[in-house]
Amino acid sequence: MAAATATAALAPGQATRAGEVAYVEAPIRAFAAITAFWGVVGFLVGVVIALQLAFPLLNLDLEWTTFGRLRPLHTSAVIFAFGGNALLCTSLFVVQRTCHARLFGGDDAGWFLFWGYQFVIVMAALGYVLGITQGKEYAEPEWYVDLWLTVVWVAYLVVFGGTIMKRREPHIYVANWFFLAFIITVALLHIGNNISIPVSLGSSSSYAAPPGVQGAMIQWWYGHNAVGFFLTAGFLGIMYYFIPKQANRPVYSYRLSIVHFWTLIFLYIWAGPHHLHYTALPDWAQVLGMVFSVVLWMPSWGGMINGLMTLSGAWDKLRTNPALRFSVTAVGFYGMSTFEGPVMSIRAVNGLSHYTDWTIGHVHSGAMGWVGFITFGALYYLFPVLWRKKAIWSEKLIAWHFWLATLGIVFYITAMWVSGIMQGLMWRAYDELGFLQYSFVETVEAMHPYYVIRALGGVLYLSGALIMAFNLWKTVTDSEAAEPEPSAASAIAVAAE
Amino acid sequence: MPTKIEKDTLSGQDTTGHEWDGLKELNTPLPKWWLWTFYATIVWGLVFVIIYPSVPGWRGTSGWIAREAIVEEVRAAQERNAPMMARLREATPAQILENDEMRAFALAGGRVAFANNCAACHGAGGQGATGGYPSLADDDWIWGGSLEEIQHTIRHGIRANESDDQRQSQMPRFGADNLLTAAQINDVAEHVLSLTNRATDQAAAGRGAALYAEQCASCHGERGEGNREFGAPRLNDQIWLYGASKPEVVAMIRNPRAGVMPSWQGRLDAATINMLTVYVQSLGRTN
Repeated sequence: MAAATATAALAPGQATRAGEVAYVEAPIRAFAAITAFWGVVGFLVGVVIALQLAFPLLNLDLEWTTFGRLRPLHTSAVIFAFGGNALLCTSLFVVQRTCHARLFGGDDAGWFLFWGYQFVIVMAALGYVLGITQGKEYAEPEWYVDLWLTVVWVAYLVVFGGTIMKRREPHIYVANWFFLAFIITVALLHIGNNISIPVSLGSSSSYAAPPGVQGAMIQWWYGHNAVGFFLTAGFLGIMYYFIPKQANRPVYSYRLSIVHFWTLIFLYIWAGPHHLHYTALPDWAQVLGMVFSVVLWMPSWGGMINGLMTLSGAWDKLRTNPALRFSVTAVGFYGMSTFEGPVMSIRAVNGLSHYTDWTIGHVHSGAMGWVGFITFGALYYLFPVLWRKKAIWSEKLIAWHFWLATLGIVFYITAMWVSGIMQGLMWRAYDELGFLQYSFVETVEAMHPYYVIRALGGVLYLSGALIMAFNLWKTVTDSEAAEPEPSAASAIAVAAE
Repeated sequence: MPTKIEKDTLSGQDTTGHEWDGLKELNTPLPKWWLWTFYATIVWGLVFVIIYPSVPGWRGTSGWIAREAIVEEVRAAQERNAPMMARLREATPAQILENDEMRAFALAGGRVAFANNCAACHGAGGQGATGGYPSLADDDWIWGGSLEEIQHTIRHGIRANESDDQRQSQMPRFGADNLLTAAQINDVAEHVLSLTNRATDQAAAGRGAALYAEQCASCHGERGEGNREFGAPRLNDQIWLYGASKPEVVAMIRNPRAGVMPSWQGRLDAATINMLTVYVQSLGRTN
């Protein structure tokens, strides 16, 4: 399909083998670099707000640096700036190679996506610090940022879909199913949850269209599927390319990939109401949300099985390839948090866990363990390929990054499990006369040591990311160049040695 | 690219015959345990949506409704304590203290009510906080430490303009309203410090004595012993609401601050206020 156009798409001066497509790479290099940059920024803000919770003085008594403003800055920086750029970077890289087609729209389209998306991030971040927010979790940016993001996102869909349309492979690779599901669904979620009426064209504020509990339901339909499609489906797309590439093994099961793909995307979209247990949301919606969340367990694990079992016959590579260690550990954390999620969606468990730090711990085992690690693994693979280097500058530093980050996650999530469950138990403790055992402030006081441990975990995770940024920088500037006439295949061979 | 099915030597599985950028897929069947666990969750889900409300209009075979469940739970808890709460509502704090059963219940309930309503300002143990939040865990009561006085303060509040019977007093702004000169304020402050033997300038303290007797003694007492009728704190002890240092004392004379406490009678029921009264008094000492 579209084979005739491929040669015409060759850009002059770009390295190519006979019959090879001249892939768009410059904007993807920019995406890769900015992913590492926003990662460090997002983790740093995370450490700051973790310390603010342990030591409230660090709010600095300035409105711009209070927890309430920095918290959305942290979540948006890690999810949309770090995670979003990682998804744009990898999806645009993967779709070209697995479709054997140059990016639809070429370099210009790639650069539009790059600068358009960075503009969204900067506008959103400025808004948070200045106190401009529509108050919806993970959808804080106001209407003017939402409109611009819609433009960028539709362009992304056109570029990605267009590349698939002109592919020269008869079939669409599994990673692209996941990327496409992510792009389409996020577009729907973003538009659906941001329908609002600006106070005036000159005002940064707006009124949300759906009222009351309907608004809450739409918000968590959005919120949970931001996890499901942005942080799960999209990153499964990353997994399906980079793990088999790094392991140099075929994907474990094509059948499993089909079944878990369709069940995952069908079931996920219903799971949102589990965020609204014990609220004004009608019982039937709460029950339905919980049931779909529990049934979602195996479809989620289908991805884990396919990721881990792809390594059968190649487990020894974990000793020699520290980047692969990141990707595989990521799948482990994915499996853990996609089991924990269904458990926490059960109403009785939720009665204990909701509004406590347990939720924070759950999110972070997914975010730091799954999203972070699969991205680190992909970046360590991509930098030598994109910059035509033989290998990453220092494998030893990758190992340092890996152990620091893993230790950081362990500190973080164990502290949050303990503090979250303790918090939940303290809130519901009654004495023999039927009076509450603890006041709220006593539960806050009891959290303090765990908040300190959590901040320590964050510092370790951040240090690992700084080591990565340094290592990637040195790879670009100091690593030995790959052989002339480089191709992805040769770079992989070197990286995997 | 044509379909080319190969056998993977390591696993013995066939590939699907497709290849993308060097990536291939095995055609491994679905893991049995995975499939059966998936089926089991689906069956569980189907049963669950029959038992519980799951679509608009379907109330489930169990008849369970979240709202009714919580209403029932709250009702049961209230019913359990209803006789005791009725007794606490009718009794005076003094009567509560005389009855072991009522006292134990009131101290437990008062602790929770205090933690949830009072601790934000007065501290979790009633220890107070700097900047005008008095300690309740000592015998220095600004508006009186008897059960009646404590209860009056809780019910009507202090300077909050929420009750006609509120505790009300206002110290003059000696500096801000030019009632005294800066030098006179300095002298009065030295005299106040001398009440606790902390004067730094004996001559000034001496000059301040006459001013103190004229301007301050009517509320704070001739020797700084305070007056609970006006909520005028003692000045001859080591307890200082707004700070003990000379600059802080000077600031209070020049432009005094006065604490505000809400009136709780519209916010808490009579039984809870009784329990709080007994509990608050138990924190400190009566004298």
